[in-house]
Amino acid sequence: MMTLFGIPTAALFGQLLLGLINGAFYAVLSLGLALIFGLLNIINFSHGAQYMMGAFVAWLGLTYMGANYWVALALAPLVVAAIGIVLERTMLSRLYKLDHLYGLLLTFGLALIIEGIFRQLYGISGIPYAVPKELAGGWNLGFMYLPIYRAWVVIASLVLCVGTWLLIEKTKLGAYLRAATENPALVQAMGINVPIMITLTYGFGVALAAFAGVLAAPIYSVNPLMGSNLIIVVFAVVVIGGMGSIMGSIVTGFMLGLLEGLTKVIYPEAASTVIFMVMVVVLLIKPAGLFGKGA
Amino acid sequence: MRNESSALLKVDGLEAWYGESHILHGMNFEVHKGEVVTLLGRNGAGKTTTMKSVMGMVGKRKGSITFEGVETINLSSNKIARLGVALCPEERGIFSSLTVKENMVLPPIVKPGGLPLAEVYDLFPRLLERGGSQGTKLSGGEQQMLAIARILRTGATMLLLDEPTEGLAPVIVQHIGDIIRKLKERGFTILLVEQNFHFAATVADRHYVVEHGHVIDMIPNAELTSNMAKLKGYLGV
Repeated sequence: MMTLFGIPTAALFGQLLLGLINGAFYAVLSLGLALIFGLLNIINFSHGAQYMMGAFVAWLGLTYMGANYWVALALAPLVVAAIGIVLERTMLSRLYKLDHLYGLLLTFGLALIIEGIFRQLYGISGIPYAVPKELAGGWNLGFMYLPIYRAWVVIASLVLCVGTWLLIEKTKLGAYLRAATENPALVQAMGINVPIMITLTYGFGVALAAFAGVLAAPIYSVNPLMGSNLIIVVFAVVVIGGMGSIMGSIVTGFMLGLLEGLTKVIYPEAASTVIFMVMVVVLLIKPAGLFGKGA
Repeated sequence: MRNESSALLKVDGLEAWYGESHILHGMNFEVHKGEVVTLLGRNGAGKTTTMKSVMGMVGKRKGSITFEGVETINLSSNKIARLGVALCPEERGIFSSLTVKENMVLPPIVKPGGLPLAEVYDLFPRLLERGGSQGTKLSGGEQQMLAIARILRTGATMLLLDEPTEGLAPVIVQHIGDIIRKLKERGFTILLVEQNFHFAATVADRHYVVEHGHVIDMIPNAELTSNMAKLKGYLGV
């Protein structure tokens, strides 16, 4: 058996892969949160519920309409984003000028309501969602076995994160978004329809969560609680990366997933808490986060 | 006496509030095409609020503001900008997350007829040299130039310049005066808020004196010298 630092490579790389996959979800989810916080000033606690809705829309589409995984990957983000846009227009838009706490409380309440509805309708035992046949199976790399679907999740998440980063950092639309994050009133006075930009940004952030939910469906079962289990960790990732920092969310998401995986190999008892330990240290040393500005 | 109908911007009975605070109490003034007009007054007189009201950035306002004959009192600021009004704000509004070049090209073209980017850089060559720098890394004078420069390419014909000389060195103030005169020659119409009436006298055609949220006097620039004592009294200097 091959070993590295006395650890079997299959176990080491297997856990690192699991960490990378978790990190991919952390990155995509915290990216959406960062976008929403940056422009809307809202800590979107319903992000986990929207991730769960993405997985459920995929399952419902398959069960009742025969829509396969690829159709779900394209449509579920649009469906959940549309629901998010309705919530933003009817509720969140009333809270932008208030303290963050109000938005957090509203979205926390919405998360509980959404999860409660799905729990009532579908229970909490979890519903399996098959890996698409094109991505079934895996590759034996010699030092580990790599399931194709899991490789796809990491690659798709990376492409999505890098694409979003490029959109924000290298395009005119991204410049509007960055400027509006700093001074929305002035950007609007330049002739930009900032309220529509805010609504679409919320929709895009929610769509990212739903996309991650569809990616997660074949790995974890589709479960009304799948979002609430993940969202606390994602918030820790956002705090560590820096609230509102796009690059911070992406890099921190992947790095902390890997750290979590590595901890599972070296000291499994600490695996579920290591991210929070890092969060405590970062808050004490650099409260604005590793990539955040100020403080 | 000018014909009222030739006013590019006409403000009539403008009232404005920030929350419960009633700031403007019936502002009346007009700016004609190609003019440079200043709003002079002490701190807190309502000059900046007037600018922001014209731009549609004050939530609660009453009265009438017409630009090119179009009533704008109920329009949002993005729609007013699209009519051809552009604001250079008091705090300059340079975005720290954008480079100088990104700041420069951020405002969209709202009308044909704006200055081509090359001409803007001819007026402000330093901004071309510093194009890759973070916007807020520029000196105060350079940031002010950037704040003015970026609205010149949009096609806006009415420029609202809010205290463009505030806190700047005399040599920079002189440069900004030169720029304003060049813009006037090119046909821009400018509404200028200033505390420095010595500077205002070098660029403006007329001066409105603002006190407690309304206009208390209008002094043509040609008559400024003969009215200096009165103006100093208004401004408390």
